[in-house]
Amino acid sequence: MSYGKVDSNPQIDQFREQILAAAQTQTPLSIQGGGTKAWYGNVNTFTKLDTRAYSGILEYQPEELVITACAGTPLKDITAALAEKNQILPFEPPHFGEGATFGGAIAAGLAGPGRITAGNLRDFVLGARIMDGKGQALSFGGKVMKNVAGYDISRLLPGSLGTLALLLEASVKVLPKPAATATLRCSLPQARALTLLNEWAGQPIPLSASCWIGSTSSDQVGELTIRLAGAVAAVKSAIPLINSVINTTELDPNVATAFWTDLREQQLSVFTNLQDDETLYRLALPAACGPLTLSNGQDDIALEWHGQQRWFKAPSDDTTFTAIKNLANIHGGHASRFRQGSHVDPSKQRFTLLSEQTHSAALEAVQARLRAAFDPAGVFATHRLP
Amino acid sequence: MIPMNMVTPPPELAAITALQSKLVEALRPILPEYALLWEPEDTIPYECDGLAAYRRMPLAVALPETEAQVSQILKVCFAMQIPVVPRGAGTGLSGGAMPISQGLVLSLAKLKKIIKIDPFTRTAVVQPGVRNLAISEAVAHLGLYYAPDPSSQIACSIGGNVNENSGGVHCLKYGLTLHNVLRVRGILMNGEIVEFGSHAPDSPGLDLLAVVIGSEGMLAVVTEVTVKLVAKPKLARVIMASFDNIEKGGDAVAAIIAAGIIPAGLEMMDKATTRAVEEFVHAGYDLEAEVILLCESDGTPEEVEEEIERMTRVLENAGASGIRISQDESERLKFWSGRKNAFPAAGRLAADYYCMDGTIPRRHIATLLRRIQAMEKKYGLACLNVFHAGDGNMHPLILFNGADQEEWHRAEDFGTEILEACVELDGTITGEHGVGIEKINTMCVQFGEGERESFWGVKSAFDPERLMNPNKAIPTLSRCAEYGRMRISGGKLPHPELERF
Repeated sequence: MSYGKVDSNPQIDQFREQILAAAQTQTPLSIQGGGTKAWYGNVNTFTKLDTRAYSGILEYQPEELVITACAGTPLKDITAALAEKNQILPFEPPHFGEGATFGGAIAAGLAGPGRITAGNLRDFVLGARIMDGKGQALSFGGKVMKNVAGYDISRLLPGSLGTLALLLEASVKVLPKPAATATLRCSLPQARALTLLNEWAGQPIPLSASCWIGSTSSDQVGELTIRLAGAVAAVKSAIPLINSVINTTELDPNVATAFWTDLREQQLSVFTNLQDDETLYRLALPAACGPLTLSNGQDDIALEWHGQQRWFKAPSDDTTFTAIKNLANIHGGHASRFRQGSHVDPSKQRFTLLSEQTHSAALEAVQARLRAAFDPAGVFATHRLP
Repeated sequence: MIPMNMVTPPPELAAITALQSKLVEALRPILPEYALLWEPEDTIPYECDGLAAYRRMPLAVALPETEAQVSQILKVCFAMQIPVVPRGAGTGLSGGAMPISQGLVLSLAKLKKIIKIDPFTRTAVVQPGVRNLAISEAVAHLGLYYAPDPSSQIACSIGGNVNENSGGVHCLKYGLTLHNVLRVRGILMNGEIVEFGSHAPDSPGLDLLAVVIGSEGMLAVVTEVTVKLVAKPKLARVIMASFDNIEKGGDAVAAIIAAGIIPAGLEMMDKATTRAVEEFVHAGYDLEAEVILLCESDGTPEEVEEEIERMTRVLENAGASGIRISQDESERLKFWSGRKNAFPAAGRLAADYYCMDGTIPRRHIATLLRRIQAMEKKYGLACLNVFHAGDGNMHPLILFNGADQEEWHRAEDFGTEILEACVELDGTITGEHGVGIEKINTMCVQFGEGERESFWGVKSAFDPERLMNPNKAIPTLSRCAEYGRMRISGGKLPHPELERF
């Protein structure tokens, strides 16, 4: 068997042994880093393949705007190394715990408040080294911004939740930290907030994040927080422009940083205090989508990404989930049971299925064949992502 | 620009004619008479794309006008096991739309409607035949534009841009096609309609949109694209900086990025290029400079002023021998005119030129330029260097005389050596032109056997019969083996450290 590019790293050899043994016995392996997102996606009890032993930043040259690191590298080490050079991961991946790893962040594919303007995590992945289900170490993409040699396989990994291959290393594009930031806050109804955010986004205003928190039960006023980030002059000139439309208060920089971090890490009250039989639902919606009201209304709802990502807590039962999925589907989006309460049946499906979307049968077949190509023995068939 | 010396002789003529009649008969009920071409005088314009060195006559050319027709055509070809080569505006530079002698060319040129423009959501839904620039023109009155701007944007189509993941001068700051497309509607080889991505920020399942973009028309035929539009900057200004040696210029590029600045455009031209274009455009370039950098800033007037000042300081510290800043829009366009006209200027210097497309990390720019200088001597051919310095994407233009077969082979070898150097310097054999047929051999340099196998796995997942634009981009094992033998000189394989087969 060919092992792709030769690599004598003992840790990689160990991964290969584990994968080949699993292939032989046809027992899936569940890839895990720090386990900080173990609750995300469909759960399973398969044997863990722990990535943490393969750790370390392999290459980081700030002038190249690229960092290459092993999957098991703590995410905080990556952000700290970047911060030293005044650079950031612009998609702001949530850590959801101290032990979060670089590989886990990529496999989860989640992005924080900055996603609306900076782009998705997948947009920043330049290259990856993986191990497929046959134990082959393979490299795709690279370390340069532009690269169209072969299919862009490294960008298939974000959001695949370890169901396609084991990520060994990845190269990710980074960006300079914006020269200036300012966070503004005001009170206004949801519909008005959504209109303003979309209007501002179409203007040369350095809007880098937004969050509206309130209730959907009526046309009640909620709290809109927006972040401006960019050149000093751009941020400075945008503030009076925004205040000419609606009066805002500028937050103290420390308070602002704490707010955006808590939002990213889901530490605000809208995300916490999940009842045992409740689920935190996530809706991904097109930009045009106005306020949505569920039949039973929600007391707390958070809208991020100018309304394209919405969060609320509701009962976990299948009837509620089906209603939420249908609501999202009607508006051109999809829904997931993002985080479940402790008394919810763990075997419950977490995502909108492809079969619930239009033009899906063909895509389901494509996905199945893709998985079989990378993982013929089903080593990674944990169904965390259906 | 490249000689017509690679026309492949048609295989069994009688068999081809019989197959052609069968195909034409099968497609006639689907298309109006004028939308189905098979006579040589009608199909000859389709024998190549922008890479004229590689030509082949197709069995027939279909020009559908609706998505339903595209689907029906594909169903017919699938049933008859006839390969299909999707084609946009035909501006591709790697032979990605070169026909197959026993296949159909499926032109999407007639699907050119802008279906919807939504200023509120900053999106446009367009058909694949819509020209890149036409999108920006259609939304200009809203203060919006479509950011990816390949040099061919006046002619190239958005469907082709999706297939090649096209970029351009502004992609350093605004991203490639991948970063600016939300959703692609397409049709698989068996005629099934599929949608990749959505108007929402993500979609259920694996992110197939990411792999469809840049797939060189080998996975699905694009029938509709939803693009993101961005706010048009209020102002743009450009700095033109000269350097008296290549290393200083290369270091200046790295210094700008290291200073935390992402310019709207960061382009470089070497002395040979500035001399060639100055005669052509009279932009006032410094003809003594070894390299010239063009650094653009865009945004609000305040932002631009701040950024231009910061970039000027960085360029001065990097040892620029001269700096000029555009004072108005006409001067900005004048500064850019040379960069934009580098290709036609090269065409004035030699009978033909061969445009390469490799990418390297920025820090290796000077190294590669020095190597290219040595290669000029080795191959006895001149080379102009223009490139997107901000993202390390090089476009060496090798000058040669196509009437001389030996010289064309030298130019080809020169180009191959540049690409191999790009891989050795941690870069890639193609930044934005695609692999197509042109670089299929050099894929064997960049990738090993396992990667090649995985690419075929992806291809088969979308197109199990491998009928959609086959034999492009992803080499077969035998091709790599043959290429390996071909490139062995003095018993040594280039880059022996790379595992191949």
